[in-house]
Amino acid sequence: MKAASKPWYAATLEWVDARFPLTKMWDEHLAKYYAPKNFNFWYYFGSLALLVLVIQLVTGIWLTMNYKPDAERAFESVEYIMRDVEWGWLIRYMHSTGASAFFVVVYLHMFRGMMYGSYKSPRELIWLIGMLIYLTLMGEAFFGYLLPWGQMSFWGAKVIVSLFGAVPVIGDWLSTLVRGDFGISDVTLNRFFALHVVAMPLVLCALVVVHILALHEVGSNNPDGVEIKKKKGPDGVPLDGIPFHPYYTVKDIVGVAGFLIVYFGIIFFAPEVGGYFIEHNNFIPADPFKTPAHIAPVWYFTPYYSVLRATTSEFMWVVAIGTVLLLLLYWREFRGAWRLVVPIAALALVGGYFTIDAKFWGVVLMGLSVLIFFALPWLDRSPVKSIRYRGPLTRMALAVFVVSFLVLGYLGTKTPTVALTRAAQVFTVLYFAYFLLMPIYTRIDTTKPVPERVTH
Amino acid sequence: MKFRLLPLLALLSSGAHAAGGGNLMHAEVDLGNRASLQRGARTFVNYCVSCHSAGYARYSRIAADLGIPEKVMAENMMFTTEKVGNTMQVAMRKEDGEAWFGVAPPDLSVVARARGADWLTTFLSTFYLDPKRPTGVNNLAFPDTAMPHVLWELQGLKRASTETRTEGGREVTHVTGLETVSAGLESEEEYAGTVRDLVNFLVYLGEPAKLVRYKIGFWVMLFLFGFFWIAYLLKKEYWRDVH
Repeated sequence: MKAASKPWYAATLEWVDARFPLTKMWDEHLAKYYAPKNFNFWYYFGSLALLVLVIQLVTGIWLTMNYKPDAERAFESVEYIMRDVEWGWLIRYMHSTGASAFFVVVYLHMFRGMMYGSYKSPRELIWLIGMLIYLTLMGEAFFGYLLPWGQMSFWGAKVIVSLFGAVPVIGDWLSTLVRGDFGISDVTLNRFFALHVVAMPLVLCALVVVHILALHEVGSNNPDGVEIKKKKGPDGVPLDGIPFHPYYTVKDIVGVAGFLIVYFGIIFFAPEVGGYFIEHNNFIPADPFKTPAHIAPVWYFTPYYSVLRATTSEFMWVVAIGTVLLLLLYWREFRGAWRLVVPIAALALVGGYFTIDAKFWGVVLMGLSVLIFFALPWLDRSPVKSIRYRGPLTRMALAVFVVSFLVLGYLGTKTPTVALTRAAQVFTVLYFAYFLLMPIYTRIDTTKPVPERVTH
Repeated sequence: MKFRLLPLLALLSSGAHAAGGGNLMHAEVDLGNRASLQRGARTFVNYCVSCHSAGYARYSRIAADLGIPEKVMAENMMFTTEKVGNTMQVAMRKEDGEAWFGVAPPDLSVVARARGADWLTTFLSTFYLDPKRPTGVNNLAFPDTAMPHVLWELQGLKRASTETRTEGGREVTHVTGLETVSAGLESEEEYAGTVRDLVNFLVYLGEPAKLVRYKIGFWVMLFLFGFFWIAYLLKKEYWRDVH
């Protein structure tokens, strides 16, 4: 018989392809997924986020093998991992450093999107899904931070959960619901463990898949903000597109190598990063009767924590003035019945500022400072995507945002003083101004002509 | 009159680690100095383990890490257990500790990571006589500490010279210095060495992996730089046809 001419691997692939779209998927997402050829440094962080996710999953599984979610034994079991488990210290440091690295790459990934207008049409959904990933990641990090059961784990969780208590009427009931107890206890530790190792990772993985599927449906943006699909060759391939594999797979390996140098540099030479990645107080076992003098969340939450602390009852005057100013600035946008509804709502809101405790509004503003990213696609009215072709107003606004975010982050790690709280208030205003004034400055800002094709 | 300990302590009493760096003594940590670690271990088992446990550390691991033969460890350094594979437990019961000191002496396994080497050095060096305290001594790094000056026979006893100033209408007493009242078995220099060795050991005890971490890290870095370089060449080769 001469029929069996195909090599065994080709035959196997054919057999699989007849039953599962393996080659089809490979082509759609890698070999024939055409990405713009002008990706720069900022485009490494998407693939790096995926890498860190895998690192966290794998190291997390191994940590779970020895960790005990038990208030009596949790702290001890972490030290057991650090001392008695073979390579346990490395796995633990990879996980603790990975948590911070996750936020570093995600923040840079988001900043990339903001710089090049990646959230703008037709990629609004990718942005929204990305934001959901970010929220899930925050939950994942928060739940995970309780697990070592040190002083910062305990008191950090206590402070954050108590925020739910600021909600009028149902507040106390709500925080008890989250804790599963009247204080942070063994019950809380157990449920946070369940959420950290099962619920959140499942949601995270599912959302990442959806994020990538949505991206591959519309195609990637690029530093020029040019839609490469508008200029296709006779073969239907975008003229400025190159197959993701092998071009970006080999390029991303360079990014991976660069990332690993920093990542393992930290793990081996400074895993605590001076108390920013692993807080010193977390080496003291949780003690419900001893409140630490200074409770600070880990660095990736500190910008929002600053917003929370900036919201004093005095600051509510600023918020009230801001609300009225926004109403006046956007008055023209409202039509018909809205011209009645919106002012009444604003009035009620301002009334609420001075009748409900400022702590509640602090929680609201903190929540808003995270959630407001969701609105970016609709706040940005510029006809142009990339910062390269936008005017000075937008550039300045982005710079102000970056500085505000960093300064708020820094202030959130410090013990508040009068001067620092004042600074936090100024930068909270600037932070929100970036978003809330965006419809105005992006519309009136000048733009430069966007090229037809991507530049190099 | 309010008694306040400055300048050393304003920051420390708030528990701010490292923040008070300028006000703390500087610890000379050198985990490569095995003799120092061994001396520190000896001081630790002789003076600390009577009250403090190091419940996450095993004698056998310390013996292996510091090059102490297990037989020597078992015969000379283990007072609360027979088995070298056991952790450093303490004979004193927690309830007794609370009754005697007002607070159970904390476990010292990771104390160096919580407090920092500089703080520990300052703490162990700055006990001074204070008749107001039940233990008869107070401390500059840890005001009103419940711990007696366990190393007093080595260091001797010190007295604080104070200065009272009026600050904002209140009389505040600052400690300006410590002077020896009665000499101990060790000279100032010898005692500084004892503290340095003990702190060195506590740093090791806080994270035994530190002994190997830097060494492995060096090779990992070397590999990663090589990997980066090869990855970069590969990328360059593939991208030659992208214009």
